[in-house]
Amino acid sequence: MSKMTIKTEGDTHVVITRRFAAPPEAVYRAHTEPSVIQKWLLGPDGWTMPVCINEARPGGRIRYEWTNGKGNGFHVTGEYVELVPFSRIRHVERMHMPDACPDNHVETTFEPDGAGTLMTMRMTLPDAQTRAAMLASGMEHGMEASYVRLETII
Amino acid sequence: MPNLDAAFSALADPTRRAILARLALGEATVMELAQPFEMTQPAVSRHLKVLEGAGLIIRRVEGTKRPCRLAPDAIAGVDQWLAMLRQALAKNYDRLDDVLATMQPQEPKDRP
Repeated sequence: MSKMTIKTEGDTHVVITRRFAAPPEAVYRAHTEPSVIQKWLLGPDGWTMPVCINEARPGGRIRYEWTNGKGNGFHVTGEYVELVPFSRIRHVERMHMPDACPDNHVETTFEPDGAGTLMTMRMTLPDAQTRAAMLASGMEHGMEASYVRLETII
Repeated sequence: MPNLDAAFSALADPTRRAILARLALGEATVMELAQPFEMTQPAVSRHLKVLEGAGLIIRRVEGTKRPCRLAPDAIAGVDQWLAMLRQALAKNYDRLDDVLATMQPQEPKDRP
């Protein structure tokens, strides 16, 4: 059984689920503490996140900058909307490649699942075209903020 | 096998990539494609001509309509993209598994 699922929902949503062998508090902290985020939210081998701003409070800023050390890079900016420790986060984010892509509204929940956690990340894009464009551009970068209709493939 | 030069040139356009992403969901007519992309049908038709010339889509005749879908080889290409994407995501979360293992047990003093 796969630990991770990715699927599209309706015209504008992308839903990712993943199980972790750690309690919700740990998984939540791994998504909100910069020093922890920089250890894992990196994409393909060879990429690092030299800049990680994550102000985990309503209205707080998010800024992640990635580089492959060979002159290629891009960044994501965003703002927190709501945080319920250690169960729910709502935030808005947008990729810059380098132009800003449309806003992606993301709700992430962390539910107890036995001794571990079931994380569900639900993304809402403004429209079907934006979702398709996000998927296509993300595929080129091989990075995580991008998803096409995946349920039959995954 | 798509002509690689033509395929890359066709893929260089974001609208055509978006059309391909839409066709990954299944066959569609020009009208069905024009709607979500807020484009005129002639504009969509021009993009489809490029995609067809690159061997990325195929079209069939159904009455007055010419529905299009991804060419089998294009699907293989898209599958590769998706596999790469899924791999990058999976890699992130595998790394997170390792990070979480070192975070336990929790230190209560760190809690907000």
